[in-house]
Amino acid sequence: MGNARKPREIRLSTTPTAEALAELRLGDIVYLDGLMYTAREGVYKRALEDKANIPLQLPSQSAANFHCSPAARINPDGSFEMGAVTATASFRFAKWLPEWLAKSGARLVIGKGGMSSKDYKDYFVPNGAIYLSTVGYGTGALLGRGVENVEAVHWNEELGLAQAMWVIRCNRMGPFIVASDLDGNCLFERENQRISENLHKAYEGTRPATLKRFGETDDKSDELIG
Amino acid sequence: MIPIDVIEKTAETLMDKAAIEIPDDYLEGLKAAASVEDGDLSSFVLQAMLENYKAAKEDRRAMCGDTGTPRWYVKMGNETQVEGGPVALEAALRRATAAATNGVPLRPNRVHPLWRTDHDNNVGIGAPEIEYGYEPGGEWIDLITVHKGGLFGTDYRMLFPSDGIQGIKRFFLDSLVAFGKRGLACQPAIIGIGLGGCKDTCMVLGKRAACLRTVGDRNTDPKIAELELEFTELGNSIGMGAMGFVGKSMVIDTHIEVGYCHTGGMQMSVHAFCLSSRRAVARVFADGRVEHRTDPEWFTDYQRRETVEWEMPASHEKSA
Repeated sequence: MGNARKPREIRLSTTPTAEALAELRLGDIVYLDGLMYTAREGVYKRALEDKANIPLQLPSQSAANFHCSPAARINPDGSFEMGAVTATASFRFAKWLPEWLAKSGARLVIGKGGMSSKDYKDYFVPNGAIYLSTVGYGTGALLGRGVENVEAVHWNEELGLAQAMWVIRCNRMGPFIVASDLDGNCLFERENQRISENLHKAYEGTRPATLKRFGETDDKSDELIG
Repeated sequence: MIPIDVIEKTAETLMDKAAIEIPDDYLEGLKAAASVEDGDLSSFVLQAMLENYKAAKEDRRAMCGDTGTPRWYVKMGNETQVEGGPVALEAALRRATAAATNGVPLRPNRVHPLWRTDHDNNVGIGAPEIEYGYEPGGEWIDLITVHKGGLFGTDYRMLFPSDGIQGIKRFFLDSLVAFGKRGLACQPAIIGIGLGGCKDTCMVLGKRAACLRTVGDRNTDPKIAELELEFTELGNSIGMGAMGFVGKSMVIDTHIEVGYCHTGGMQMSVHAFCLSSRRAVARVFADGRVEHRTDPEWFTDYQRRETVEWEMPASHEKSA
């Protein structure tokens, strides 16, 4: 590798204290210990829109919501086999997250790609929550090694294996990157801002398309997801 | 006659290898990128990926939790016959896909687009895709599985002759920047570009360019080969790296494939084959022999032919 500096590494509980979260800086590398659950659109719809009872004590058992569908199976004897775990892109869940954070008390939202700083300021900060991004993307095998045990899978019949609520016991599960802090600052926006300052150089001499498309932006600093 | 049980067994092995073993050509490409990356966070990400490939092989677990959408490319020599015919062949590939989804395990990604029905086995309407190709001469069948991941990193645009190379570059950059932000394209990746054809074939060409050619392979048209190198350099000069962090690793290699198109247009598609470039290949012979490899060798002179008739080049005649 070139002249890269190694980022700071920290171990964190999945039911973290406010003080522990306040310590975290954008770009820190985090490894998690404790219970974590997967919840994405299927779980959000069922819990928030269909008002189903959440089959877990939140946030006392876990304050860590993983946007993930594992590569896993349920064995005929009811035990679980979990191979690789990787996050899915979180911005698609913005619709449900304000209500979910308030209801679940989640302090850690773990996923791919992060949210906008507006999302962080609007409902992460008031709920004392931060966002952790997986690394890669696709360190699925490394994250799989951090799964000490699959404790349960809920709503599998209703939602299917991919959308079910998996409850995972983590032992130094990681790496994850701190992508937002308690002030609502956004790591990806910071990086995008640095990159877009110089983007015009790469574009020099290229030609905008002859036929334009509706609904597009040509603002290269646009975050595109909001 | 190729024995059908060997096809099914081989197909299951391929599903397993594709999900777990990063192909050597991509691994070498990523190591080279990691050796020059100097962005702090980008560099950390690339090192973590290299560790991840190792962990996947050691533990025999899928390298990424999103194991993509398994599909099959099947190619046959002209003299090939499959025991039970094409229907038996498709049944064997569907069975292998379902069995490996449960066996490896893979993530059961495939659902009905409207009802979200999940059979938990990656099989359903139109899934897995099975595409075919043929080569003159020979009695063998190539089974190629690709588990391309991701919802991001792919785009299509109708360009026109007046857009020219500078218009192609623009759309290439637009696609990299748009999907590279926050690392949605799971870069650095092999980028496939389809040019020409019709809209559907343009997409097919770009996807095959990304998934069925290995790092370092160049198009046989020397001018296109030059463009491939130029685009890789351009993609790595935008200041972005892994996960959309400041860096310089976006593209491990660029592959361009072309097809003849409508005289007024210049269709273009861009496909990013993610950090887990899952592909595995085996050739099965009539005597039941199986040879594994990671290079699909899909784009032969025959596949890229542009004449009405096809005459085997002299160098190939002996082996055919």
